[in-house]
Amino acid sequence: MSQDKSFTLDGKTVPYQEGQTIIQAAMAAGHYIPHLCFNPEFKPHGSCKLCTVKANGRQTASCTQQAQPGMVVESDINELNDERRVLLQMLFVEGNHFCPSCEKSGNCQLQATAYELDMMSPHFDQFFPDRPVDASHAEYLLDFNRCILCSLCVRASRDVDGKNVFALSGRGIKSHLIVNAKSGHLADTDFSGSDKAAHVCPVGVILKKRVGFSVPIGQRTFDAQPISATPHPKVKGA
Amino acid sequence: MSSTLETAAHPENLRRVVIDPVSRVEGHGKVTILLDDKNKVHQVRLHIVEFRGFEKFIQGRPYWEVPVMVQRLCGICPVSHHLAASKALDAIVGAKHLTPTAEKNRRLMHYGQILQSHALHFFHLCSPDLLFGFDSDVAKRNIIGVAEKHPDTAKRGVLLRKFGQEVIRHTAGKRVHGTGSVPGGVNKSLSVDERDTLLKDVYQMVSWSRDAVHLVKEMHHKNPELYNSFGAFRANYMSMVGFDGGMDLYHGRLRGRDENGQILFDGVDYQNYTQLIEEEVKNWSYMKFPYLKSLGKEKGWYRVGPLSRVQNCDFIPTPLAEVERREFMAYSGVMPMHAPLGYHWARMIEMLHAAEMIKDLLHDDDIMGSELMATGERGSEGVGVIEAPRGTLIHHYRVDENDLVTMCNLIVSTTHNNQAMNEAVRRVAQQYLHGHEITEGLLNHIEVAIRAFDPCLSCATHALGKMPLEVEVLGGAGERLSALSRSSAGVLCNTD
Repeated sequence: MSQDKSFTLDGKTVPYQEGQTIIQAAMAAGHYIPHLCFNPEFKPHGSCKLCTVKANGRQTASCTQQAQPGMVVESDINELNDERRVLLQMLFVEGNHFCPSCEKSGNCQLQATAYELDMMSPHFDQFFPDRPVDASHAEYLLDFNRCILCSLCVRASRDVDGKNVFALSGRGIKSHLIVNAKSGHLADTDFSGSDKAAHVCPVGVILKKRVGFSVPIGQRTFDAQPISATPHPKVKGA
Repeated sequence: MSSTLETAAHPENLRRVVIDPVSRVEGHGKVTILLDDKNKVHQVRLHIVEFRGFEKFIQGRPYWEVPVMVQRLCGICPVSHHLAASKALDAIVGAKHLTPTAEKNRRLMHYGQILQSHALHFFHLCSPDLLFGFDSDVAKRNIIGVAEKHPDTAKRGVLLRKFGQEVIRHTAGKRVHGTGSVPGGVNKSLSVDERDTLLKDVYQMVSWSRDAVHLVKEMHHKNPELYNSFGAFRANYMSMVGFDGGMDLYHGRLRGRDENGQILFDGVDYQNYTQLIEEEVKNWSYMKFPYLKSLGKEKGWYRVGPLSRVQNCDFIPTPLAEVERREFMAYSGVMPMHAPLGYHWARMIEMLHAAEMIKDLLHDDDIMGSELMATGERGSEGVGVIEAPRGTLIHHYRVDENDLVTMCNLIVSTTHNNQAMNEAVRRVAQQYLHGHEITEGLLNHIEVAIRAFDPCLSCATHALGKMPLEVEVLGGAGERLSALSRSSAGVLCNTD
C-alpha cells in the first residue's frame, strides 16, 4: 500500500488501496461508518443511504464513492447523524419491527444501528403493513415484516449461489421482497440452508427454523459492545 | 354462592357511583356502585377492561417466538407467561421430560419470580395500607411513608425484590423480559460465579422472608376482627399441587376444594383443563368468568392464588415454610380461611418457600450442567400450566405443520379470580360504604380488597394511594349530580 494514498475521516488519516471505496478503506482501518445494505463480501448497492458521508463538502454514499488522495471525509457529525436517524425511523415505521419479541434482537444490524445513533423513538406514524410469513420451507422461514430492502439476499443468491431465489419487486413505497417461484413460496425454490443467501440477512427476515432464542442474552453479537466497535467478521483484523 | 349484589332489581331509580379507572393489569378497570337515596348499596360490579389481543396476534407466528412474545402481557410476572408458554410448547417439540439442568434452571427462574413479585406486592403496594390503616393520611400511605416510619421493613422489601430479580437475571438474561426458557429446555445454565453470587445473599433472604411472615401473622393476631372479616366471602378454590400433594408452583396436577375445604377434584392432568373449566360471558364485563363445569355457572366459580395454594396442598416441601403453613392452618381452624386479607399471610408463606427453594436449588450442581435441551416426537398441541404469583396460569397452543401457531388460549389468574374479586368488592361496599358518604378512605377500602388478589391492579397506579380515581354521582335519569376525583398526585377535589 502506498503511503500517499490516504484521506482523512473525521480528522483521522485513513490509508486506502486503489479501487477501494471510502467505507471499504474505513472498515479496513477499523473505522465505523453506519451502514445497512453494504456488506464487504458483496458489491455495493448504494440504496440504504445510511453510509452517506460528506466528501470534500458534498454528500455521497461512502459505499459507492471511491477513495481519493487527500479527500476530506466527514461522517460522525450531527448533520449526518440526524439524517441517518430519520432514515432509520422511516425504516422502522415502514415495516413491522417488534424488537421485544424478535429472535434477531441482539444480532440485528438495524437494531444495533438504531442504538448506535441514539434513535429514541420511531417518531413517524407506523405503517403497520400486512405482510405474510412464509413458513413453507422445512428449514427456513421468511418474515417479510422485517425486510428493509437491502437486497443482500438478492445479491447473494444471484452472485454467489447462482440461484436467483430472491428479487425486489414493485417500485417506490410498493417495493418488496419476493421469492422467485410461481407459487411465491420458498418451499417451491431450490433454496438451501447452505446457500450464502441464507446467512446474509442483516435483520430478521431469513431465519433458520426452531433455533430462535437459543443464544442467551449476553452472548449475542451486539450485547457486549456497540456495532461501531464490532468489526464485520470478514474484515481484516476482526 | 352467586352474589345478591351483581344486578339490582330496579337500577333505573338508583344513583350510579363509578370508580373509573381502577387500574388493572395493563389498562383500566372500574367499579360501579348503585346506591339509593339513603346511600344503601344495591349493585356493585368490578369491571376489568382487559384487552386480550395476544391470543389473536400470536396466530401465524412461529412457535419458538411465543415464550418471548407472550411474556409482554405483563411487566411484573413476565416469567410466569414465559414459563407457561415454554411448558406448553415442550409438547410441540416432543420434550416429555426436560433435562435436570433445564428443569432446575426454569424452577430457579420461577421461584425468583415468586419472590420478587410477592415482595413487591406486600412491601411496596400493600404494606402502607396494613401498617398505617386503610383510611390513614393519604399523603403518607405509600412506600415512601413506610420508608420514613419503618425504614427496616421498607429496605428489606426493596432488597428481597432485588434479589428475586437478580435470580431472574442470571437465569433469563434480563431482570424483566428475558429469554432463558425455550421450547424443550433453556438456553443457559447458571455459571459457578452466578451461583456463588446468589448463594452469598440467599440465607439473608430466607431470614427476612420468615420475618415478613411473622409481621403479617402478627397483624392478624392483633386485629382478628378486621383481618378475618374484611371483604370475606366463601368460595371454592383451585390450584396446581405437586404429584405428591405438596406445594409445587412449577408443575403438578390440578386440585380443587369446596368452600368447606372438601376435595372437589384431584389429580387432574392440566392437558385436559377444557373438561374441567368453562368460561361464562356476562354482558357487563369485558372479562370472562371461568367456572367448574361440574358445578355450573352459579356454584362453580372459584378462587386462585396464594390463599388457595397454601390451603390446597398437603404440605410445603421446605421446612420453614411448612412450619408457617401449619400455623396458618391452625389459625383458620377446621374451616378454610376465606378472608381476602389472608392472602397477604399466605403470600408471605409462599415467599418464604420460594427463598428456601432458591437456596436448595443453588446447592444442586445440576443447576450448572450443560445438558440444556430435550427433544422427542413432534406434537401439534400443548397446554402449559404454572402457578404464577397471583394464581393458576393456563397457556394452550396449537401449531401447524409449518411451525406456525394456529390457536392460542390464555386463562390468566386475574380471569380465574374475576368473580371472587367482584365478591370481595361487594362485601366491602356492603360493610363500609353502605349508608355512608363517599370519602377517599372509603374508596381505598375497595382498592385494598382488589389489591389482596392481584397486585397488577394496584401496580398500574405507579404510586400507592395515588391511584387516579373519578367518582361521579348520577341522578336516576343519568344526570350528573356531583363528582369527586383524586389526581395522580393524590389530591382530592370536587369536580362539580
